[in-house]
Amino acid sequence: MTNGCGAPAQGGTIESDTTETVLEGKVLNEGTPVGGAFVRLLDSTGEFTAEVVSSPEGDFRFFAAPGTWTVRALHRTGNGQADVSASGPGVHAVEIAVA
Amino acid sequence: MSRENVLVSAAWSEENLQTPGVVFAEVDEDTTAYEGGHIPGAVKIDWKNELQDPIRRDFVDREGFEKLLSAKGISNDDQVILYGGNNNWFAAYAYWYFKLYGHTNVKLLDGGRKKWELDGRPLDKEEVTRAATSYQAQEQDLSIRAFRDEVVDAIGNKNLVDVRSPDEFSGKLLAPAHLPQEQAQRGGHIPSAVNVPWSKAANEDGTFKSDEELREIYAEAGFDGSRKTIAYCRIGERSSHTWFALRELLGHEDVKNYDGSWTEYGSLVGVPIELGSGKEA
Repeated sequence: MTNGCGAPAQGGTIESDTTETVLEGKVLNEGTPVGGAFVRLLDSTGEFTAEVVSSPEGDFRFFAAPGTWTVRALHRTGNGQADVSASGPGVHAVEIAVA
Repeated sequence: MSRENVLVSAAWSEENLQTPGVVFAEVDEDTTAYEGGHIPGAVKIDWKNELQDPIRRDFVDREGFEKLLSAKGISNDDQVILYGGNNNWFAAYAYWYFKLYGHTNVKLLDGGRKKWELDGRPLDKEEVTRAATSYQAQEQDLSIRAFRDEVVDAIGNKNLVDVRSPDEFSGKLLAPAHLPQEQAQRGGHIPSAVNVPWSKAANEDGTFKSDEELREIYAEAGFDGSRKTIAYCRIGERSSHTWFALRELLGHEDVKNYDGSWTEYGSLVGVPIELGSGKEA
C-alpha cells in the first residue's frame, strides 16, 4: 500500500553522511524544549514548503534541498522563527526560540 | 455553495460537543495524535487502516464503508464534523470520501487540530464508544473522482491543478520536504497543469483563506473557471484540500480529485511528463 504524505513522528537520528539535505533542530522556550509546536519550513521567498509537529523533546526535521530556508514555529505559548542556510547534503542544525 | 454549509469554526465546535446528532471524527494517517488527546467525544478514523483496501490500491468498497461507519456509531442522519492534523489534509480526504459514498451532511472543522490546539481548546484521552448503527452508503459518486485515462485525456483541455510544492512540481523533489525522497517513479508534472500549492489556500493557523483571496489565487495561477477541473498531488490527500476549496467553497461545479495522483501518473509507461516550472513550456 502506498503511504500518505502525513508528517512522521519527529526525533531519532540521521547519519551524518546522509545524501539528503537535512535541516533539523529543536524548538525551545527559554532553553526548555517545546513539544507539540507546528514547525513550518518556508523557502527563500517566504513560501510555505512543509510542516511537522515537534516531538515531546522539541525535535523537528526536514528533507530539503540546498538553499536558504526559514523555519517558523507556532505554539499556543508563542511563535518564533530562524533562518538556516544549507550548502549541500548533510545535517544542518537550527534552533527556534518561541516566546 | 456557502461556506456555512461546509465548514464549522472551532468556537462553534466547542459549543456543540454534546449536541445530539453531531458526531466529531478525527482523521489522520498517523493516529498517535488522537491517542495523546482528542476533541472530547470524537471518534477516530484511521486513514490508512480503515479507509484504504488492505491489498489493492483502492478504497474500501461500499459494504466496507457501511460496516466502518456502523461500527463507529455514525448514522445516515448524523451531521459529521471532520478534523485532523497535517492542516486537515486527511480530514479533507475523508470529507471527499464521505461525499463519494453519498453522506451529504458532513463538514470540516476549519483549521483542524492545529487551530484547536493553538486556541488552547480542550482535548482529552477518554475512550469514546458510540452505539453501533446500520449505516447505508450509496454507490460511489464518480462525478468527483478522476481515474488515470481521464487525466491523460484532460491534458490541454481541462484545468489540471497540481497542488504539490513548486519543487515537487518541477521534478526537483519527489515527496514533500518532511519525508525522505527515495521513490521509484519519475519526477515532474502532467503537461498543461498549473501549480497552485495546497498551502496557498490556507492561513498559517490552518484555516481556509477567504473566498475572495481564494478566487484571486486561482485566477492568478491561470485557473479557467469555464473549464472542468481535476486536482492532484502525490497521493490524493493534499488535492482533497484543494478540491474542497474549489468545489465546496468557491462553488465550481465539475471538479474531480485524482486520488491516483503522482504516485500513479509518474509510474505510467508512455505518458507525457513536463519538467520545470511549466510556465514557459
